[in-house]
Amino acid sequence: MAAPAPLAREPFDKSLLLVAPGALFMLLLFVYPFLYGLWLSFTPKEGGALANYAHFFSTDNLWPTIGTTLKLALPATLINVGLALPIAFKMRLKTPYQRFVTTILVVPITLGTVLIAEGMLIYFGPKGWLAQFLQFFHIYDGPIRLTHNFTGVIISLVVSGFPFAFLLILSYITGIDPGLARAAATLGADPKAQFRHIYLPLLAPGLAMCFCLAFVQAFSVFPSAVLLGSPAGPTRVISIAAYEAAFELYDYSLASAIAMIMGGVQLIIVVAVLGLRNLFYRGPMVGGKG
Amino acid sequence: MNNTSDLIDRVWRGFLLGLMTLFVVNIGLMIAAVATSSFARRWLGTWLPEGWTTTWYSAAWKEFQLGSVLFVTVEVVLAVVLLSLLIGVPAAYTLARRNFAGKRALMLLFLLPLMVPPITYGIPLATVLYKFQLAGTIYGVILANLIPAAPFVILVMTPFIEQIDPNLESAARVFGARTGSVFRHVLVPLLAPGILAASLLVLVRTIAMFELTFLTAGSDSQTLVVALYYAVFAAGVRAPQSVDAMAMIYMGVTLVWLLIALRFVNPTQLVSRVKEHPQGAV
Repeated sequence: MAAPAPLAREPFDKSLLLVAPGALFMLLLFVYPFLYGLWLSFTPKEGGALANYAHFFSTDNLWPTIGTTLKLALPATLINVGLALPIAFKMRLKTPYQRFVTTILVVPITLGTVLIAEGMLIYFGPKGWLAQFLQFFHIYDGPIRLTHNFTGVIISLVVSGFPFAFLLILSYITGIDPGLARAAATLGADPKAQFRHIYLPLLAPGLAMCFCLAFVQAFSVFPSAVLLGSPAGPTRVISIAAYEAAFELYDYSLASAIAMIMGGVQLIIVVAVLGLRNLFYRGPMVGGKG
Repeated sequence: MNNTSDLIDRVWRGFLLGLMTLFVVNIGLMIAAVATSSFARRWLGTWLPEGWTTTWYSAAWKEFQLGSVLFVTVEVVLAVVLLSLLIGVPAAYTLARRNFAGKRALMLLFLLPLMVPPITYGIPLATVLYKFQLAGTIYGVILANLIPAAPFVILVMTPFIEQIDPNLESAARVFGARTGSVFRHVLVPLLAPGILAASLLVLVRTIAMFELTFLTAGSDSQTLVVALYYAVFAAGVRAPQSVDAMAMIYMGVTLVWLLIALRFVNPTQLVSRVKEHPQGAV
């Protein structure tokens, strides 16, 4: 047993050391590679410091990947958040089947993008069950092309992204004091008015955060863009370009530059969304005294 | 007036229900299609295959060396869970209990890996790991997977730690317990549910983590999800049914763990509990 610490002076709080391994780990494996990548992106194989960036923005199969990625990620994120909001609002009350429904909606998270891609190739394929069903009942008789194109990637982003958005929004909604809605109800507000005047303003920060996280997820789309899209054409996203530069051309410098551009574009969107969110209500989420 | 708003309400509710049903039914059928195909003798453009067989499973097992892939997966996942707990729980304790200079910067540091997609930091990380000759080995895969896992443990554990009455620790300290024994005899037993939740969630996430493993794994350090990607990617060389059999094995593995996890945690904890940016309240 050690002697009790002197009471007179408290020079250093030793429990701060507990956070040190975590901080050190993140510095070594997250911050250092990032800075290294940033430095590497400015030291190209040939040319000046900005040669990689100049190359990216002047090469026909590189710079359009930004647009391609945004064209996939933005609609997919809007669909996911837009669908998740009303459904999560419906599920906010503790009912016997709340847990059951949320569990069912969670399952696709664990399928992983690769399994979803494989399943979609079979099910949504030109001879899959869906195509057969639609043609059997003559709902749609034309050829059905839902895979190996833009639509296929969007569907897979919704399948893998919706459960995530749903759970996140649900946890935000259930974090709002139901007393506020009840108070509004006693003043005669129906669910629609409660949503409009109570939940939506309080949810604004959560929605912004959810949009950012869902967007970040959709923005890095890789396996589904390769397996379900047409990686040479309309779904050649920026992560494919970065991967090719690193592991097919072995040009780590260019690959780092592309990764940095990717991070930059992402950051712009995230900052824009969080900026929009500042236009809304800011304040406590609980009612009652104070 | 009341009637029409009632009608709109009912239509809206029906629409939402329909939407959810459509989503769930299509995903269910999608999984069923993979399952059917994995048991199919031959299946070309008909409702059901011509015959049934289980040989694809043994074929997949041999063809993709699933035995060793599963072994690697178990090794990686266990190591990631253990190490992320060792790093994350003490850090979460300090972040939940203490105020110190630079705390916000530290929170941001732990939040960033969850806000930046894996591919973005995975490529510079893979470059660094190649430089130190760790990429392509199982150690590289474990290190890479720890980057999102450790912050995730911190995020999941913080609310659990905040729920514990600090008086319990003070009482233990009054009786002379040092930080180590406070952890062993007070905190860890009380935190058991939180630790269990965090480790199960990290487990499920690590099994499904594709990008980081893909960027850092070599041919003998692939996890199941990466092996599955290569199998689908190189489809055409092999019978599609054996790829499907492998996909079913993968789904079986994740689903079992997910169902176990859901017995202990609320589904809403599956995603990171990012309440607000660190510069927000508290």
